[in-house]
Amino acid sequence: MLIFELSRTDRTNPSQAPYSKPEITDIPASMRRSKRAVMPETSEMQTVRHYTRLSQKNFAIDTHFYPLGSCTMKYNPRASNTLSMLPGFLARHPLGPESMGQGYMACMYDLQEILKDVTGMKAVSLTPAAGAQGEFAGMAMIRAYHDARNDDARTEVLVPDAAHGTNPATAVMCGYKVREIPTDSQGDVDLAALKEVVGPHTAGLMLTNPSTLGVFERQIEEIAKVVHDAGGLLYYDGANLNAILGKVRPGDMGFDVIHMNLHKTFSTPHGGGGPGAGPVGVNERLEPFLPIPMVGYDGENYRWMTEKDVPQTIGRLSTFMGNSGVLMRAYIYARLLGREGMVRVSEYSTLNANYMMARLREKGFDLAFPDRRATHEFIVTLKRQSKELGVNTMDFAKRLLDYGFHAPTTYFPLLVPECLLIEPTETEDKDTLDAFIEVLAMIEQEAKENADYVKGAPYTQPVRRLDDVRAARELDLTWKLENGQTEAGS
Amino acid sequence: MPFIPHTPDDEKQMLSAIGVDSIEQLFDEIPTGLRHDLGNENLQNVPTHASEMDVSRLMHQRAAQDGQPLCFLGAGAYEHHIPAAVWELTTRGEFYTAYTPYQAEASQGSLQVVYEFQTMIANLNALDVSNASLYDGASALAEAVLMAIRANRKSKSKIIYMPRTVHPHYRKTVEAIVTNQGITLELLDYDASTGAIDANSLPKEPGDFAALVIPQPNFFGALEDVDTLTDWAHTHKALVIGVVNPVALAILKPPGEWGTDGADIACGEGQPLGIPLASGGPYYGFMCCKQAIVRQMPGRIIGRTVDMDGKPGFTLTLQAREQHIRRSKATSNICTNQGLMVTASTIHMALLGAEGLERVALNSHANNRKLVEKLTALDGVEAVFSSAVFHETVIRLDAPLNDVMHALHAQNLLPGYALQDEYPELENCLLVCATETRTDEDIDTYVNHLQGILSKHDRA
Repeated sequence: MLIFELSRTDRTNPSQAPYSKPEITDIPASMRRSKRAVMPETSEMQTVRHYTRLSQKNFAIDTHFYPLGSCTMKYNPRASNTLSMLPGFLARHPLGPESMGQGYMACMYDLQEILKDVTGMKAVSLTPAAGAQGEFAGMAMIRAYHDARNDDARTEVLVPDAAHGTNPATAVMCGYKVREIPTDSQGDVDLAALKEVVGPHTAGLMLTNPSTLGVFERQIEEIAKVVHDAGGLLYYDGANLNAILGKVRPGDMGFDVIHMNLHKTFSTPHGGGGPGAGPVGVNERLEPFLPIPMVGYDGENYRWMTEKDVPQTIGRLSTFMGNSGVLMRAYIYARLLGREGMVRVSEYSTLNANYMMARLREKGFDLAFPDRRATHEFIVTLKRQSKELGVNTMDFAKRLLDYGFHAPTTYFPLLVPECLLIEPTETEDKDTLDAFIEVLAMIEQEAKENADYVKGAPYTQPVRRLDDVRAARELDLTWKLENGQTEAGS
Repeated sequence: MPFIPHTPDDEKQMLSAIGVDSIEQLFDEIPTGLRHDLGNENLQNVPTHASEMDVSRLMHQRAAQDGQPLCFLGAGAYEHHIPAAVWELTTRGEFYTAYTPYQAEASQGSLQVVYEFQTMIANLNALDVSNASLYDGASALAEAVLMAIRANRKSKSKIIYMPRTVHPHYRKTVEAIVTNQGITLELLDYDASTGAIDANSLPKEPGDFAALVIPQPNFFGALEDVDTLTDWAHTHKALVIGVVNPVALAILKPPGEWGTDGADIACGEGQPLGIPLASGGPYYGFMCCKQAIVRQMPGRIIGRTVDMDGKPGFTLTLQAREQHIRRSKATSNICTNQGLMVTASTIHMALLGAEGLERVALNSHANNRKLVEKLTALDGVEAVFSSAVFHETVIRLDAPLNDVMHALHAQNLLPGYALQDEYPELENCLLVCATETRTDEDIDTYVNHLQGILSKHDRA
């Protein structure tokens, strides 16, 4: 049932808006709306019930284990929400004067300092609104750096074939051509192939470490040297920062620029697909190009740093200061964890992943990289089950939903056939991991006994498998009035 | 350990299952020389951990420090009343802690919310379709510019006509995002007496260009002659991108009805629909367009379809445009939307309905008018432009603006946005705003303080 289908003409919720209805005398009729938009006409209770029921049709971290690889679905502390929604923070206008924003700006400044330290970078700008925008900012800075040196032969960006799809898409947005670098059989970058293509046309290399293959890139020091020697810069995609938090810092690995996904590593909520926050950190080379605004501190007062302070900035990426409220949640999380808690994040997320990997191996599942340590995530490939039982990764994923587990990431990275990328995170307890392992083994057993049954899953969700082909072919993106229903009166 | 449930016994069992003696051993693939935690001075700039009580005390102090000033400042972010139910529902864990709906069967709640949102926002704009949202108003305009260049099949031009009456931060954001792709923003000036674009002064032969951006209301609060501007752009085979305030659309002609054929793309800031000011984010940008160019739209799009039993359901659709499929050939690198903000806005719109939204818009308009009438009745205050406005107006003070603003800040009042930095020709000019949340008493407070300050000042 859609909210529109609960509508009845002329039903209103009068107390939600002012009662008065002043007339307009000073806007020409040609500029006025002639007919009201069709909107729901429902009571407050109907609306509350409707959206409460819709919420119950979701899996979420608060209700389910959600081992979605490369997404870091860990517990989102409630304190982060409650405290970032204090009335004083919510009421602050983004263009209010610095003198009336010192409390908020202190939090943002502190967060910049914390992020500088955990990444080993020289300076941080918090403004990118999401990982993809952070990537854009990072690559735009690399371009600005080469442009400032009149080094205009650098037209190519190197991206490993295991990379997240945003990497090549971002490089193109910054005006670069993309060249893919293959991965070797152990999941590391193919160094020989890299050496062959790197050169005076290389603007930079985009790398996720640990990679999306769930392994740590062991040759990182040599890769950094190869790229730097050729005059290129190194971009760190922070998607998997959770795996190494406090253990090893991207700045120490040789990266020139990094974006962080605070909605992953710093535990801000994913909100059903955003908002996130994707701050960028840089070393000395790229500091002059950071996006604005940033927060500065002179020992007494906090102030905004704008074009005047950073004249070579790549500019502004949002109307105000990115996703401020998300940054606030990350700050609160960082204060709760503290220095001591940071390193435990990587330790226990890695412990959980390696434990699951060991147990699933024991259950007979095939690992994509059986000779490697898992990082905070690892890959199981169901290629054999798919071939022998005719039950593929998608079927396993859908059947997991029936058992109350969100599926891991499926069919990504593209390099590994029939893959499940599993990331348990540090906030899950052993019993939950054990239950998931048992269920995955049970589904394999089900597949042996009755493949069709598994292929028909899920059975317990609000809907069964959806017709995606029809969704794309017969586009239905908005609800339309049907016969018998009347438009709202005016 | 905060947020980590492991007992020492769990840990022992887990290590033994893995076949190692310590967690440390799990990191043995990382070159030792790179390790940060093996040194003595690790994470010195991260404060030590604090209890929830201590962090709570700190955050309460900092939130209180910023006061809660009486706000007559808009300039792209507006204080509106938000019904209590909006955030009660939005912060339910099932919405708040869900991820992007990749497993559609287990995400029907979030998916249906977005489908309802797409319907509401498309209806408000009188356009066919909407996406699931973008980061904010400014980045939505940047994406709209890129989209217009892809979608305009009649022009290969990479020139966009961008009025100076578009929010200066939007223009800067667009510049930062699109200029690496060889796109040129051609500025259009405004008429000094009306504060809007003079349709008669538009170039007769503008040459080839991809799109015209039309703000409604514009940054000065003024209403543009959207019909004439739209027809002018279409005559020259360019697309029209409307940048609109969604609350204003309750009373203003929607982009889909501008001129003879309507705007092709409309975008804007969703914040006025149920999102608190909150220092500028998270907000969300909305984007609607005509059906014919939907495949050029960036961002997530939700479609309704049926499941294998024929039951209606919702799913991510047109994913072939997106980065995770198309990689370097995607319409955009964007992969999230602002799902939670859209959830709040959808509930907000459902609670208000068309009637409620209209009353919010009418009262905002009326309160701004009251404010401006009273302010301009003061000696040394005048309205600058003659155009009709929605809920913001430019006034000029006969006194040094910065001094006056400081004095008003000291009264815990935000008097408006100083225009002179971005528009040097508007010295001592202030963009003031009143929404439905301002009472007559609030307005009198502003007027009385300003009168007192001006009477003590030498005239500029």
